[in-house]
Amino acid sequence: MTYHVLSLLVEDKPGLLTRVAGLFARRGFNIRSLAVGTTEIEGLSRITVVVEVEGLPLEQITKQLNKLINVLKIVELDPGQSVQREHMLVKVRVDNTTRSQILEAATLFRARVVDVATDALVIEVTGDTQKVEALLRVLEPYGIKEIAQSGLLAIGRGGKSISERVLKN
Amino acid sequence: MPTDSTPVPTPTPPARPASTEPPVLTGSGAILASLEKLGVTDVFGLPGGAIMPFYDELMASTSIRHILVRHEQGAGHAAEGYAASSGRLGVCIATSGPGATNLVTAIADAHMDSVPLLAITGQVFSTSMGTDAFQEVDITGITMPITKHSFLVTDPADIPGVLAAAVHIATTGRPGPVLVDVTKDAQQKSAPFIWPPKVELPGYRPVTKAHGKQIQAAAQLLVESRKPVLYVGGGVIRAGAHKELLAFAEATGAPVVTTLMARGAFPDSHPQHLGMPGMHGTVPAVLGFQESDLLIAVGSRFDDRVTGKVSEFAPHAKIVHIDIDPAEIGKIRPADVPIVGDAREVLADLLPAFREAAAAQAPDFSDWWKRLNTLKQQYPLGYTEADDGLLTPQWVIEKIGELSGPEAVYAAGVGQHQMWAAQFIKYERPGSWLNSGGAGTMGYAVPAAMGAKVAEPERLVWAIDGDGCFQMTNQELATCTINNIPIKVAVINNSSLGMVRQWQTLFYDGRHSFTDLNTGHDTVMVPDFVKMADAYGALGIRVRTPEEVEPAIKLAMETNDRPVVIDFIVSRDAMVWPMVPQGVGNSSVQYARDHAPEWERE
Repeated sequence: MTYHVLSLLVEDKPGLLTRVAGLFARRGFNIRSLAVGTTEIEGLSRITVVVEVEGLPLEQITKQLNKLINVLKIVELDPGQSVQREHMLVKVRVDNTTRSQILEAATLFRARVVDVATDALVIEVTGDTQKVEALLRVLEPYGIKEIAQSGLLAIGRGGKSISERVLKN
Repeated sequence: MPTDSTPVPTPTPPARPASTEPPVLTGSGAILASLEKLGVTDVFGLPGGAIMPFYDELMASTSIRHILVRHEQGAGHAAEGYAASSGRLGVCIATSGPGATNLVTAIADAHMDSVPLLAITGQVFSTSMGTDAFQEVDITGITMPITKHSFLVTDPADIPGVLAAAVHIATTGRPGPVLVDVTKDAQQKSAPFIWPPKVELPGYRPVTKAHGKQIQAAAQLLVESRKPVLYVGGGVIRAGAHKELLAFAEATGAPVVTTLMARGAFPDSHPQHLGMPGMHGTVPAVLGFQESDLLIAVGSRFDDRVTGKVSEFAPHAKIVHIDIDPAEIGKIRPADVPIVGDAREVLADLLPAFREAAAAQAPDFSDWWKRLNTLKQQYPLGYTEADDGLLTPQWVIEKIGELSGPEAVYAAGVGQHQMWAAQFIKYERPGSWLNSGGAGTMGYAVPAAMGAKVAEPERLVWAIDGDGCFQMTNQELATCTINNIPIKVAVINNSSLGMVRQWQTLFYDGRHSFTDLNTGHDTVMVPDFVKMADAYGALGIRVRTPEEVEPAIKLAMETNDRPVVIDFIVSRDAMVWPMVPQGVGNSSVQYARDHAPEWERE
């Protein structure tokens, strides 16, 4: 399976997310993750979407998205040319014997413990997909009780900005 | 009465402050004023609770003719027929809830066939939205997949801007339906009416002018090719590019095929025309594709009914794909030369590019034409006479076309009669053939013909309908009678859902499951279409014999004080040929049942 990271600059209009999500569903494109937030420009939002493409050319996805009136710009962010981060909160089972091992693992991953209970810890981690998945693999044997994970966020490296280019046109 | 003849200066109304103070209008007043400013002259609709404020304003309008339909679907298709015949925007209006959902089929139809359509719906009070209020449906949500765009308006100040944007989106680029849903409170409240409004659509910039390099590349491919075909789609009609197409085709000498949506984009009488391609296309058009080495697709989208099995479609052809919608290019078949642009501008640019390329290397299509002319002679469009003593439906339709001529408008329903009307009526101009190509909406014909007659009142307008289709939307005959819209309806009555029946005969061992409608020969004839026409105030004529056909058509053409319905009782066993069965390649085209044409297979 191949994944592509698309960064969409969109007008912040009611129903926008439904339009984007509905388009993916009816054209048979799979969304792996989705993150929506405001941008530095009032009235514009950014959607970072990770799409699964198998057999379908990415081009068809971007062309269909471009037809949505409220979508201003679509850029594919290459992992080498962009910073990509996920954010995850994971609640892991602990007892007196495992607590120190888990804390050590968290430190190794530069993750933070944000909640402590006698039988569980909540660990917060930020990183690229590989890092987040690696931490999960380490924690799994102790018993993961719950996970809350954000969609992938991504931004191009260097001084250029997508929104600046759009606004210039 | 003053007896003094001295003209009394009519009191001028207190001069509106010449300053920039805009008038304050209610939201409904703003809808009406916006439509007037946008040049809308005819609308089709039916009122209800949530759109009543607007209807109150509409009653006073002198510049907009409102036609009260009997079902909102009729309003939608009428607006489509209005748009498709004239090239202007079609407008339909409905109330919230079921009024709005009744528009859905027509909106989907307009979306599939790229018809410029504006649908205005009333919505419940913004304060009631989301509470499952009476006649509340989320119509913007429902129509999201089948509109080019949609708007929900809750603030009267937004109305001029939204309507201007809606019309701009519906009529430019690849045309399509736009829905504007206006809450009742937005119609009732007031706001300053500012015209022209500021329309900002930063995410909408259709490309109309193609890249010069691509144009040259396409011209070069054409001069190098030996067996080109111009694959002309409905986009040519929507773009008004028929003149540019004719000039380009004649300059290049390349053969032309016109798809179901493009009938009329190129004259049928033209010697370079091979006819319609696809499932029920002519043998020269279908095999022309299969043997071609270059397809120049203009405003066509490689629809499955044209390509058959895609992997076997035009296997030797390079593809030049011209479309205003970039998403169509490469969607089904990769293009060797993709050209994004308006068909009219692109064809106009292609002509000098071709001349230049041909000056260096003159193309030679003479062998190709020899081959195509042989196919044309061997496999002309034709039909066999019915052998059950009933009328031959193809002949009836052909006769209507012959007597009415190319200046008439023909709107078809969906099914066998639609295919026969596409095959046996000769189209010479764009806008003369209206049908539901992409969506395949049974019931399109009567309301679409009504819309066309409103747009083009001087033209003779026929609805070529089936007995199944006719029963889906014939209520609009009442609208036609009351509003003096004298359309002619030819019901090709084979007493069944004919196309489904044909497939059952061919592919389901003749098991005719639920396709009998009992409207025709040797049945109870329920309903009786002649009595029905009479009940609607239309002239009803029943035709059973060949001798009656021509007089009935002539009588219909002469009758203009009311609509006419001719019930042609035809043979139910007639089939649409040629045919490419579904799921196989176009090379498996059958000229008639179990009769495959001979052709050069590799």
